[in-house]
Amino acid sequence: MTAPATLTQKLRLKGGRVIDPANKVDDILDVYIADGRIAALGAAPEGFGATREIDAGGCIVCPGLVDLCARVREPGQEHKATIATESVAAAAGGITTLCCPPDTNPVVETPADIELIRLRAEKIGKTRIVTLGALTHGLDGERLSEMAALKNAGCVGVSNALRPLANTLVQRRALEYAATFDLTVFLHPNDHWLSANGCAHEGRVATRLGLPGIPEAAETAAVARDLTLIEQTGIRAHFCHLTTARAVNMVARAQFDGLPVTADVAIPYLYLTEVDICDFDSCCHVIPPLRTTQDRQHLREALKRGTLSAVCSDHQPHEADAKLRAFPSTEPGISGLDTLLPLGLRLVDEHVLELGELIHRLTAGPAGILSLPFGTLSVGASADVCIFDPDYTWQLNTDTLLSNGHNTPFMNWEMKGRVIHTLLAGKLVHSLAG
Amino acid sequence: MNGSRQIDNHGRLRHFLSIEGLNRKLLTDILDAAESFSGVTEQTVKKVPLLRGKTIVNLFFEASTRTRTTFELAAKRLSADILNINITQSSTVKGETLLDTLRNLEAMHVDMFVVRHADSGAAHFIAEHVAPHVSVINAGDGRHAHPTQALLDMFTIRRTKGPDFGRLRVAIVGDIMHSRVARSQIHALNLLNTGEIRIVAPKTLTPAHAESLGVHVFHELRKGIEDADVIIMLRLQRERMQGALLPSEHEYYELFGVTKAKLAAAKPDVTIMHPGPINRGVEMDSEVADGPHSVILAQVTHGIAVRMAVMSMAMHHKEPVTE
Repeated sequence: MTAPATLTQKLRLKGGRVIDPANKVDDILDVYIADGRIAALGAAPEGFGATREIDAGGCIVCPGLVDLCARVREPGQEHKATIATESVAAAAGGITTLCCPPDTNPVVETPADIELIRLRAEKIGKTRIVTLGALTHGLDGERLSEMAALKNAGCVGVSNALRPLANTLVQRRALEYAATFDLTVFLHPNDHWLSANGCAHEGRVATRLGLPGIPEAAETAAVARDLTLIEQTGIRAHFCHLTTARAVNMVARAQFDGLPVTADVAIPYLYLTEVDICDFDSCCHVIPPLRTTQDRQHLREALKRGTLSAVCSDHQPHEADAKLRAFPSTEPGISGLDTLLPLGLRLVDEHVLELGELIHRLTAGPAGILSLPFGTLSVGASADVCIFDPDYTWQLNTDTLLSNGHNTPFMNWEMKGRVIHTLLAGKLVHSLAG
Repeated sequence: MNGSRQIDNHGRLRHFLSIEGLNRKLLTDILDAAESFSGVTEQTVKKVPLLRGKTIVNLFFEASTRTRTTFELAAKRLSADILNINITQSSTVKGETLLDTLRNLEAMHVDMFVVRHADSGAAHFIAEHVAPHVSVINAGDGRHAHPTQALLDMFTIRRTKGPDFGRLRVAIVGDIMHSRVARSQIHALNLLNTGEIRIVAPKTLTPAHAESLGVHVFHELRKGIEDADVIIMLRLQRERMQGALLPSEHEYYELFGVTKAKLAAAKPDVTIMHPGPINRGVEMDSEVADGPHSVILAQVTHGIAVRMAVMSMAMHHKEPVTE
């Protein structure tokens, strides 16, 4: 057990390999923390008397992870998960900042909604939760939300989550209005007419299983439309979880042309494909759907190149019943907080990314998209730190999984790499027992 | 996988969920068993005591007349007790989950569920969750599979054309996209090494990557049925006119409806099949439906023998009929 930590504590993280991609640091260094902030890297500041030392020998010391998209199901769906349960899972996963989409119940569309989530997260004190505000009133896709008020209350962007917008005029107006307040718009590119009632990628597997398909064009048509409107309105926009090679290419082209657009990938799409649903495995029911092996390969390459500048969990915890139905009737989504870092590290083992690149995509990359000053160990930055043992092997199972949602297709996988300590603003919020 | 869930360790039927995962021997065994049962259905006393004391539940989450009735008759001719439960709305409206419904019925000591459901994968899901002694027969799940229909179609083709499928050209015409029947037929025809399998449909009713199912794809009826030995027509649902899949029944009939004149492109002894119910004047005209090439009513009759075979084999009766 650890002694209660306070903000006035002066910490020394000793002997770890410090990787801070934002500052191009990768070296065996000590990290000094005072008053909840990074005080120094390498040599101790003058007169620094550590009240506590944490041995990080053999471990990687990196900024706390920033997860661009995680649902904590509160308010409104506490039978699936709560801020309390998911904060514990996040801290144990080295995640110190997570961003919630606004599709709670009620939706996040007033300053009070933002305040509620922030205060509850602060009370639990395990991880920092930031929120996206609703782009339209009640996410109805027709009326604008009060974005100025949302921004003043601290929302980090606006989004309509997975809900459709009524038409392109509403979308144009919503983007323009958001641009008025310099808000980043988070888009889930999906043409709802094309995806219709689909539940799997429209391809060989869906054809064989007779599952209603979602064509690639549901994503590419939406990205094409969105890019046109982004160019027209000058808004800063982020594409959440691209899944198709063609959509990624369109975004790469737009970035090359200087459009202020970013994009991320959710980690299941870097491992799973349409083939994984072959026996109606409802844990592989996700929206957007798992695509082809070629798409997966392309996503991996785009992550390496930086077209995709962040990896997120797209965490969607469910109660067991949500998946205990025939495939098309199950609720989509994968529980992902517990596996974000270890599955990321597997990309390094598989030579998709260098370790530094992976950590960038999990820290400074997403923090930049959110325009937040986290995801770095710069002197003066909030001391959000993840200390993990890259060689620690463990199995993901019902005992080790901490999220309330056990809906993961990675159940019983051998994982390599485990978080030993997590610090949030200098406070130790997780230490691996034993 | 599909195969392992429905086949037990001795290679026998445990459930019957899809044609996919069967081997040719097992499929032929079922057809042979059906052949012997068809003798029973033609006797004056149409009963055998094979499943006496067994309880079978027809669990239909989707409306059906033909399939449900033939399963019921098949069960009765095997001397089983059969219970029909139609859950189109009632239980789901009351908030009962599919699993709760199953648990409740299992508590009544049921030996077999015959399941129809609007969701692809429903039969697999149920088979995964039933008690170990209960067998599940798929009577149609979403667009995925309708394996007993495919078997009775193979049975009908075998009776009409003989056992060598290698020399046959079979054309399946109509709404392949939404058809569980077509998917199961294609698997069965491939398993029996059919010479050529064709599907004929407008592009709006052809599934993505249809060739990957092992078929040749045609969008023109005349070319698609050229020199065909067997033509299987599929039922066209009225709601296809709503989703912008087709403009009208009239145009569909003009382009894909089989008439006596169009049949001239096929082999002279072509066999015409349809899983029913027929839309006369949409899929085909009455002259074809009731004509000399049609075996549509024989298909219905064969459905009983085939379902007797599947039910008795899944109940682990390896030698269904001796006399």
